[in-house]
Amino acid sequence: MSNKNKTEVIVVGAGPAGVSAAITLARSGKEVLLVERGDFAGDKNVFGGTIYTEQTAEIFPEFWKTAPIERAVSSQKIFMLTDNSSVQFEYKYEGEANAYTVYRSKWDKWCVLQAQKEGAFFAPKTLVKELILDNGKVVGIDTGMEKFYSDIVIIADGVNSLLAKQLGLRNKIKDKDVSLSVKEVIKLPKEKIEDRFLINENTGAGCKILGGPLKDMMALGFMYTNKDTISLGFSAGIDDLKKHKIIPYELLEQLKNHPSILPYIKNGVTVEYSSHLIPEGGFNSIPKIYDNRVMIAGDAAMLVNNVHFEGTNLAMLSGRLAAETAIDALNRQDFSASVLSDYYKKLQNSIVMKDLETHKNTIDVLRKNIHALTSLYPEFACEFFDILTSADSIPKKVKYNNFMKKFIKHKGISSSFPLLVYVLEKCIKK
Amino acid sequence: MNINEKLSTLKYNKDNESHLSVDNDKCMRCKDKVCTYICPANVYEWNEEKCIMTIRYENCLECGACKIACESENITWHYPKAQYGVKFKNG
Ligand SMILES: Cc1cc2nc3c(=O)[nH]c(=O)nc-3n(C[C@H](O)[C@H](O)[C@H](O)COP(=O)(O)OP(=O)(O)OC[C@H]3O[C@@H](n4cnc5c(N)ncnc54)[C@H](O)[C@@H]3O)c2cc1C
Ligand code: SF4
Ligand code: SF4
Repeated sequence: MSNKNKTEVIVVGAGPAGVSAAITLARSGKEVLLVERGDFAGDKNVFGGTIYTEQTAEIFPEFWKTAPIERAVSSQKIFMLTDNSSVQFEYKYEGEANAYTVYRSKWDKWCVLQAQKEGAFFAPKTLVKELILDNGKVVGIDTGMEKFYSDIVIIADGVNSLLAKQLGLRNKIKDKDVSLSVKEVIKLPKEKIEDRFLINENTGAGCKILGGPLKDMMALGFMYTNKDTISLGFSAGIDDLKKHKIIPYELLEQLKNHPSILPYIKNGVTVEYSSHLIPEGGFNSIPKIYDNRVMIAGDAAMLVNNVHFEGTNLAMLSGRLAAETAIDALNRQDFSASVLSDYYKKLQNSIVMKDLETHKNTIDVLRKNIHALTSLYPEFACEFFDILTSADSIPKKVKYNNFMKKFIKHKGISSSFPLLVYVLEKCIKK
Repeated sequence: MNINEKLSTLKYNKDNESHLSVDNDKCMRCKDKVCTYICPANVYEWNEEKCIMTIRYENCLECGACKIACESENITWHYPKAQYGVKFKNG
């Protein structure tokens, strides 16, 4: 850096968004300072979870050869729970994995090391207290002890983004737009994990859990296999947690002890408990993400597709697009909002905004049908299997009729599957 | 496994100063006291006798839920200073 306290771009936050912004800038020879409040990148971060191969490889080609990955996901499972039973669907596949489980503490650290190798300057143990403004324009960062200046600041400080808030680009987050997750990392012998999840030495499983203890809330459980641990947790909308007065760690215990979940983690030892927020407001909650000399990427910009469990990939892509916009602005030496608005256009043309727009209203629809989705469907699915497999003295016809009557009684279902209900109703009338 | 057992799996570097604070008068008038149950680290406890909120900030997981959940926007919420607070070894 020419002047000790001045650089071309400062990136705040070394999560997936920040690190891909930093590495993209470094690769094109720009000066970039990546600041992170953690002792190292990753020690403040928590996710499920899996990173996605294609979008990760765009930033880190062939990362699976050297990065600290846990398992290549080859099995995706959905659990539909009632209070004491479940129906489970599994999708298994061979070949190239499209996702890998990782630990954030190891993964984020490795990513930053790659950015450093490419020329990014990394400052860990550095908490940005606030942005420095000059006539309302961002000119640098203030850590309370030191000030650093730059032509452009990329804000990638995660879901709570105190910095976007400082700029007035983000208002107070609404409690329906954010989920709280709690999770445990549970240690077990490798072979036990492989036997229980029907995976082999290097492959892994990712599971989503609906209903049971999580019923009637915008809540989803998850379970991921690492080499010798299982990550088990859930996330739930803050509005729902409030409505039902939920104590998150008690709900986590209920999930762990559900008869369909317990066998997977039995005799495991919890080696870490953690918690984090997920921005889940989708398209309608995205704030203004650029202004003079500043852009916002990743969770700080609320870029999460919770219908498909995607966050890290959208963070990486948005970080890269912000960096590409910054490179262009630096080449033109014009850091105005009108030049940086290109970032928004780039996002619109990318999978980020396209997918978020596709699911613009999905969350509201799910919210409206949450009782059907998390209580009735699991119950019906279990009852269906029960009828199919139970041999007793009740005539089958009586069972079918009872099942169908119960099935169409519920408005949640009838509004979701109007055609099916129509057909069923016809059948019963006959 | 209770919350204390869960929290005992974590490493913290404890600061002497709290990064969280509330206005007790507002809490006194708050009916739901959502912070006292929604916090995944059981940081907040209302002391009925003294009418003050006990804040076990040293257990905080730095998630931000309390700040969003509190309807009266009564929680002054910062990240702990650099090098302080929770450290996740897996995440
Ligand atoms: C329980 C859970 C499960 C998830 N599962 C998945 C999954 O399976 N797959 C997936 O793709 N996504 C998943 N996500 C979402 C994903 O983790 C996020 O979308 C992603 O991490 C966002 O990246 P980011 O870089 O924007 O923010 P973060 O990863 O949050 O990074 C922000 C960084 O900024 C630092 N920081 C914050 N403030 C400051 C400051 N003032 N000064 C300096 N540094 C600062 C933080 O320490 C942090 O390192 C999950 C999230 C959660 C919570
Ligand atoms: S929710 Fe807010 S106002 Fe209510 S007790 Fe907690 S901090 Fe106080
Ligand atoms: S930030 Fe999270 S862990 Fe910390 S006090 Fe608030 S709710 Fe509790």
